Amino acid sequence: MAELFTLPVLVGILYSGIRLATPYLFAAVGETFAQRSGVLNLGVEGIMLMGAFSGFYVGMKTGSPLLGLLAAAVVGILMGLLMSFISVTMQAEQGISGIGLHLFGLGLSSLLFKTTMGGVESIEGFKAVRIPLLADIPYVGESLFNHNVLVYAAFLLVPLSAWVLNKTTLGLKIRAVGQNPQAADTLGVNVARVRYFCVCLGGMLAGIAGASLSIALINLFQENMTNGMGFIAVALVYFGGWRPFGVMGGALLFSFVNAFQLWIQVKGINIPSDFAIMMPYVLTILALAFATKRAQGPAALSKPYERGEN
Amino acid sequence: MKRVLNKVFEALLPLLAVPVAFLIGAIMLLALGANPLEAYGAMIAGAFGDVSGLTQTLVKATPLLLVGLGVCIAFRGGVINIGGEGQIIVGALAATAVAVGFKEWPGLVLLPLCLLAGVLAGAMWGGVPGILKAKLGVNEILSTVMMNAIAVQLSNYLLRGPMIDPKEIEAGTRIAQSALLPRSVWLARLVPQTLLHSGAIIAVVLAVVVFIFLWRTTIGYRIRAVGLNRDAAKYAGIKVPFYQALSLILGGAFAGLAGAIEVMGVQHRMMENLASGYGFSGIVAALFGSLHPLGSIPASVLFGGLLVGADKMQRAVQVPSALIDTLLGLVVLLVVGSQVISRRRARRRETRG
Amino acid sequence: MKSKFSRIVVLIVLVAMLVAGCAPKATEVPSTVFKVAIVMPSSITDMAFSQSMFEGLKKVQAEMGGESAMEIAYSENMFKVPDASAAIRDYASKGYNLVIAHGSQYGTSLQQIAPDFPKTAFAWGTSLDTFQAEGITNVFAYQAEAQEGGYVLGTVAALMSKSGVIGETGPVDAGDAKLYIEGFQKGVLAAKPDAQVSVTYTGSFSDVSLMATAAETHIAAGADMLTGSSQSVVGAIGVAKDKGAFWFGTQWDQTSLAPTAVIASQVYDWTGIIKDMIASVKAGVMGGKGYTLTFKNGGLVIAYNPAITIPAEVKAAADAAIAAINDGTVVP
Repeated sequence: MAELFTLPVLVGILYSGIRLATPYLFAAVGETFAQRSGVLNLGVEGIMLMGAFSGFYVGMKTGSPLLGLLAAAVVGILMGLLMSFISVTMQAEQGISGIGLHLFGLGLSSLLFKTTMGGVESIEGFKAVRIPLLADIPYVGESLFNHNVLVYAAFLLVPLSAWVLNKTTLGLKIRAVGQNPQAADTLGVNVARVRYFCVCLGGMLAGIAGASLSIALINLFQENMTNGMGFIAVALVYFGGWRPFGVMGGALLFSFVNAFQLWIQVKGINIPSDFAIMMPYVLTILALAFATKRAQGPAALSKPYERGEN
Repeated sequence: MKRVLNKVFEALLPLLAVPVAFLIGAIMLLALGANPLEAYGAMIAGAFGDVSGLTQTLVKATPLLLVGLGVCIAFRGGVINIGGEGQIIVGALAATAVAVGFKEWPGLVLLPLCLLAGVLAGAMWGGVPGILKAKLGVNEILSTVMMNAIAVQLSNYLLRGPMIDPKEIEAGTRIAQSALLPRSVWLARLVPQTLLHSGAIIAVVLAVVVFIFLWRTTIGYRIRAVGLNRDAAKYAGIKVPFYQALSLILGGAFAGLAGAIEVMGVQHRMMENLASGYGFSGIVAALFGSLHPLGSIPASVLFGGLLVGADKMQRAVQVPSALIDTLLGLVVLLVVGSQVISRRRARRRETRG
Repeated sequence: MKSKFSRIVVLIVLVAMLVAGCAPKATEVPSTVFKVAIVMPSSITDMAFSQSMFEGLKKVQAEMGGESAMEIAYSENMFKVPDASAAIRDYASKGYNLVIAHGSQYGTSLQQIAPDFPKTAFAWGTSLDTFQAEGITNVFAYQAEAQEGGYVLGTVAALMSKSGVIGETGPVDAGDAKLYIEGFQKGVLAAKPDAQVSVTYTGSFSDVSLMATAAETHIAAGADMLTGSSQSVVGAIGVAKDKGAFWFGTQWDQTSLAPTAVIASQVYDWTGIIKDMIASVKAGVMGGKGYTLTFKNGGLVIAYNPAITIPAEVKAAADAAIAAINDGTVVP
């Protein structure tokens, strides 16, 4: 057991954990916006897959990961538009429309992959950018400051989102719409517009989350490559109490434990691999169960809003 | 009478969205070089056209209905149970363990015991999020998602270790699956040469039971009260956390039963991927049935038929199977999206008096 | 107004359904085409188990003279057993000559289906059970002796490793992956007894991301030679490439994913088995044979990556390992 707490192991966990957390961060921070405005989008997984495919395909065809990223963002917004049309304009039950969106994205991304590529290929994605000086910090420098640009972006997104949500008028509107849409409406806030914006923003970030896999971290596309990450991301929003920093805490906890359990296996510590694999899931539940402070969710979460409804 | 007709019509109205989804699907089929008429013909004929198709549809509908009933209870209690996948798995594992462990017991005792084991295991798996929510305020979406992943790993562990079929070790193939269940716990086949088993009857009977439970008992009334308006229920003296936990536990119990029945009626052994998809499709089926236990019956059959027919269509015109997911996703989106129309219609009728 | 509209829509739908229902069925032309159908748990592009069989079928088809001689129908991503069993039944009832159930989990279903279609031959893998004990005569069985190639690749990995640390990563500690990974481990330790082999599992056949992290972890632990099994290893191969480690593939030739990192792959070549099954069926033998892919019968092939030079003595050791497996002196 002691061999797990050596420097190389801890440095390794730090490096892998940060990479693993990247897609979760994009997706979960995006979902935070959607939920803060009162829309539960369970379709994150489907959007991620669409983003992963479009990012990869455009990246491969143009040779530019940047254009791929752009494509993933646009496709993510389009998926967000679809979700908001169904759940905001048509006031559908959000949990279910999210599952529909997931199926749609899962199917369409595979279908497009089959018809346009037909086989797994790999590309050169975003390269690691070593930040001078910072990366020279002993021990942790390489783990923290030698990543590709999307990893940095994911972590910068957290304070930025917290600032937008808490300190700007836009954030105030978002929170008002999620908390009490009637009141926000009477104050002249366009509830539907704010929700459309948030769901589309969430969609864009989910699309980028998918692309972070296909053009930055793994650099290939395979059918259903997100393998449930989108659902974990939604769960992390609850874990983080609808606050970007809380979400980051959850994403890091989940990813570090996941990196850690692989080390348990590599070091040949004698517990069945299945139990090691369970660890991040169990610990995430436990961590939330024993957290002392518990946030209240947006009061109007998952409730469609219709004008004139008392 | 007119009221009932109106209600039925409003329940069916969203299904009109299905043709729209198929129209979009037809465009995709054309793009893939397949004849949409041939494809959809194969789909409908495949799901409902003959005995074999019809029984396959009903076999699919059975777990969908059972999971859907659990989803109905949970939704009516104001909680979202997306833990169906995990609950099916543990239900199936428990039923298998009991059946294989006591295989010499008479079927008359063993069979109900297996079903009970499935129910209890599912209830336990739903109970963890339920109790965590009631006692510690842990959101059920988070915990049910995590519990799904834990169930998969638990199953991986049991199926390659303690519960693996001894024959697999003997043969050296080491496929992760349990031993065959004793014949005494196989659910009776309703139609020979097909997979249709008596679990379908259990599911329909339970749908009626759930209806009576939710609308004719005090506990059911309280669950619905909590779901309709948490604050009002609290004000009326109903223990909100207790009833929310209860609805999650009951939801888990039904999914667990679905797992047990799937093992005992269809597969006759526990294996990987037993649950895959039913936990989520069950939610969709329940919604197609307007979250009403009785409505879930035709809805599960219809959705089961859609799944079976889509598979047949894929084979008939040889398009990638991904088209099916795409199509199903569209159907779900359009159906939930168009429900607002029937809701508005109902409201208009009510306000008119 | 509104209800009138909806009634019209209902009518249109009904008519459409009728029309669709009456759509002319494709007429069956009796011919000499040999019809093969395959049902598989993963996709035909998985770079692994399912792709190896599908490409094998296509190769045989080309050899036999194209689509006019042999027709292939497939159902992919059939990870739900009831769906797969419906597909198997469906193909059998449509008169396919040979229906391949390409997943060990399909066995129980196949055992129930096969007796209903005595004129159809079935094949089931990976397994060696043709259900003869149950009185069934129309099922072939096939299995890859994955551990053989694992042993040989393990030998190569051990001899080429500079650090003496080797990492293996698989989906679930069972079935084909387990055979391969244990064989590989044996091969490493036979060639270099003081080498250190660690094994990780991700618990999933499709978690590309965690598989990549597993590879990262092995490399951080000092491994310079990696291998893994299942369709999710594609991510791990990329990691090996980026970090300058080397990779050994199995089930399918994975060189194209990282031409600078993949040293060799164990490739499943099913063509011999497919051809033998087709010949048997044509001769009226509908089943009862169990096939294995081995080095001896040419079913297992080590595909070296021509872009990476392998020292002659390493290649000689690999060939010696193959020879030892073939004559039975080594049982991986």
